[in-house]
Amino acid sequence: MNLTPELLDLRDEIEGYARDYGLDFFTTYFEVLPYNLMSMVAAYGGFPTRYPHWRFGMEYERLAKSYSYGLSKIYEMVINNDPCYAYLLEGNTVVDQKIVMAHVYGHCDFFKNNAWFANTNRKMIDDMANHASRIRRYIDLHGLEQVESFIDTCLSLENLIDLHAPFIRRKARDADPDPSAEDREIAEVPQLQVTREYMRGYLNPQDFLEAQRARQAAAARQEERFPPTPQLDVLEFLMLHAPLKGWQQDVLGMIREEAYYFAPQGQTKIMNEGWASFWHTTIMTQRALDPSELIDYADHHSGTVAIQPGSLNPYKIGLELFRDIEDRWDRGRFGPDYADCDDLEAKASWDTGVGLGREKIFQVRRLYNDVTFIDEFLTPEFCARQRLFTFAFNPRADQYVIASREFAKVKQQLLQQLTNFGQPFILAFDGNHDNRGELLLKHRHEGVDLRKDWAGETLGNLYKIWTRPVSVDTRLKEKPRRLRWDEDGYHEKEIPEAELFSPGAP
Amino acid sequence: MVLPIDRDAGRFRQIVRGAIRRNLRKFMTKGELLGKKGKDIISIPLPQIDIPRFRFDTRGQGGVGQGEGEVGDPLGQGDEPGSGKAGDQPGDHLLEAEVTLAELAEIMAEELQLPNIQPRGRKTIETSSDTYKGIRRVGPESLRHFKRTYREALKRQIASGAYDAGNPLVIPIKEDKRYRSLKTETVPQTNAVILYMMDVSGSMGEEQKEIVRIESFWIDTWLRHQYKGLESRYIIHDATAREVDRDTFFHTRESGGTMISSAYLLCRDILERDYPADDWNVYPFHFSDGDNWSLEDTGRCITLLEEYLLPRSNIFCYGQVESPYGSGQFIKDLRQRFQGRPEEIVLSEIKNKDGIYNSIKDFLGKGK
Repeated sequence: MNLTPELLDLRDEIEGYARDYGLDFFTTYFEVLPYNLMSMVAAYGGFPTRYPHWRFGMEYERLAKSYSYGLSKIYEMVINNDPCYAYLLEGNTVVDQKIVMAHVYGHCDFFKNNAWFANTNRKMIDDMANHASRIRRYIDLHGLEQVESFIDTCLSLENLIDLHAPFIRRKARDADPDPSAEDREIAEVPQLQVTREYMRGYLNPQDFLEAQRARQAAAARQEERFPPTPQLDVLEFLMLHAPLKGWQQDVLGMIREEAYYFAPQGQTKIMNEGWASFWHTTIMTQRALDPSELIDYADHHSGTVAIQPGSLNPYKIGLELFRDIEDRWDRGRFGPDYADCDDLEAKASWDTGVGLGREKIFQVRRLYNDVTFIDEFLTPEFCARQRLFTFAFNPRADQYVIASREFAKVKQQLLQQLTNFGQPFILAFDGNHDNRGELLLKHRHEGVDLRKDWAGETLGNLYKIWTRPVSVDTRLKEKPRRLRWDEDGYHEKEIPEAELFSPGAP
Repeated sequence: MVLPIDRDAGRFRQIVRGAIRRNLRKFMTKGELLGKKGKDIISIPLPQIDIPRFRFDTRGQGGVGQGEGEVGDPLGQGDEPGSGKAGDQPGDHLLEAEVTLAELAEIMAEELQLPNIQPRGRKTIETSSDTYKGIRRVGPESLRHFKRTYREALKRQIASGAYDAGNPLVIPIKEDKRYRSLKTETVPQTNAVILYMMDVSGSMGEEQKEIVRIESFWIDTWLRHQYKGLESRYIIHDATAREVDRDTFFHTRESGGTMISSAYLLCRDILERDYPADDWNVYPFHFSDGDNWSLEDTGRCITLLEEYLLPRSNIFCYGQVESPYGSGQFIKDLRQRFQGRPEEIVLSEIKNKDGIYNSIKDFLGKGK
């Protein structure tokens, strides 16, 4: 805490407004940092201390350079922690600091209340510092080169986590396997009771019985496998089953923990920024803004929500969606009555005056993530008003062109981009593939191919950890393929269609 | 103050330079920061290393954008959809920066750690320029020097006792007024000429010429930053040489054999005719794929370099681009002949576009 008395007064003022509006947050500490420290903290993902790694240096160079050439600057950083820590940039104007504070309280409220953050570690500042000192100790023991290379290997796999895992209460994992399962015969397929023999063929058709038998046999085979069901949390699988040294297991564990900590921020980028922007505009324009600051405020705010042709600004789209939801629920533009109304004129001037908007957006910020948020609240009217479009690459012109302004296409594209926060679903399928101790992964293909060269290199990293050949089944240009890394490096081969992963299959 | 991150940044730079962890270099991408100079977009190189992960092949996948435009309208080139990167991204605002060519040259100098050029100890041309640096007691009101006028008035009022600290009202009268006036200054000026020579024989493909074009742009930018009156001359050659304008230089495709000496001869003639030795700093740059016609011609080149071009030039730069057809022999011959004379001649091999960076450094890193 190194705020000047003026900033302290400002903070108290803004915090008061935020509470008046019903925002609910952990105690929030602000700190003023000069730009080099701000860049450092930003490079560390918001934390004051991280373990030594070159990628932080890379990010730091990028931030410091773009600031010194006047290309961009970071106004604020805030960490999901209890208490929350937020940073202000030294030398910003008072109005900038006001906006940032109002924005930060929006984030803090979101961190505390959004369901997807419910299981994040709220003492992460301490844990990050612990991770740093543990890794420093491993570096002292094993050498920088070795530890750093291993971290690189782990980072290469860091997106192989299961976003829903923190919410699933599992049964004790290490319970002894049921001994009777070992020698259990494939049970007879249950059949419907037959009283008249001539009906047997109709009640229990032969082909159904056979299909059923095959399914049971497959399920039994799968049970002998590990993992018993395909597992999205590949990192956990590796921690439990890969031949790692003690320190390596610890490092992998830390990387995994940090990945889970950051995941909800990736899952709620649009909502989180939208919510914070909603509150900085609301607090500033309704309460905190001095008339003399109006132009500077407008300048800053328009920079925040500026749109660029090739990308979607989460601040802009999130802010507009929250405003749209508030407006719709204020005027009763929801529910079956509104949906079923065919009279365009009545629909355009629809206003029941229920005034549920504020309540609704608080509920939305609690329950949704970006995927469900877009799925539920993106409307054709909104899409047209915001001039949303999809774009695609035109190879002949060697450039991206606007492909469509149709609502259905925009929504589909957007959801596809956001699903699993833009990462492919890769599952650990068999840790003893072919009974040769090989690791088999499967990619749940949902329309977009993996980038082949990267997949190959990632398999190489996986091989370093697993120490036996590793493969991933996927679809490349419509064809089923198995990408594999073994003693001789990368291979690729054709596989039968049936090998590919589909969600329902055993 | 040394920050803990400085160590990480140092380590990253070492990786980029290839000093350590060489296996990471294959994941290096040439990121860039974009600035704007007038209508042009300027890019500042920013190497990045991507850790490989399972991820989608986004090229050709498209995305969702926002803004005006009809279906079928192009977006800006190379605008990639934003990736859904996990992690806390700071509130990062893009500012549009105006970068002047001079700033660009400085940025480049910083990136490449180029020294400033020491002009040769030759006589310099003097030029005169008029600037408003003097002060007069009469002049048009538009040139009134407000601060000086105020100071005079204050002085007078204090001296005459008319100044009241409680009511600090200062009123200038006619005698207090001061005006800016023109002064003619003579400034010494160093002049420089760059002579670009390029091999346009059949073996130089589009890619090779692109490399030459990019490299000459940066060299031009840097030297313009260092010299006020910079002239550029362009020579193309296959078996014969001729002088052309800039546009032709970059767009010609000829075919035929290669006689490098023809270019050197023409270069000598131009220097003799237009650029007296005492007044000009001379920078010849020659780009070729190194596939000269005959050993005999290479001999002629070496004689020309030895007897005329090297003594006349601040530094002579030869850049050899790699071509699928050429033998690349020429640079080897030069290297053999001029070994141990890096102050006079710089030889640089440019394998591909990535090599440009190092090559510029080779050429301009000497501060000559």
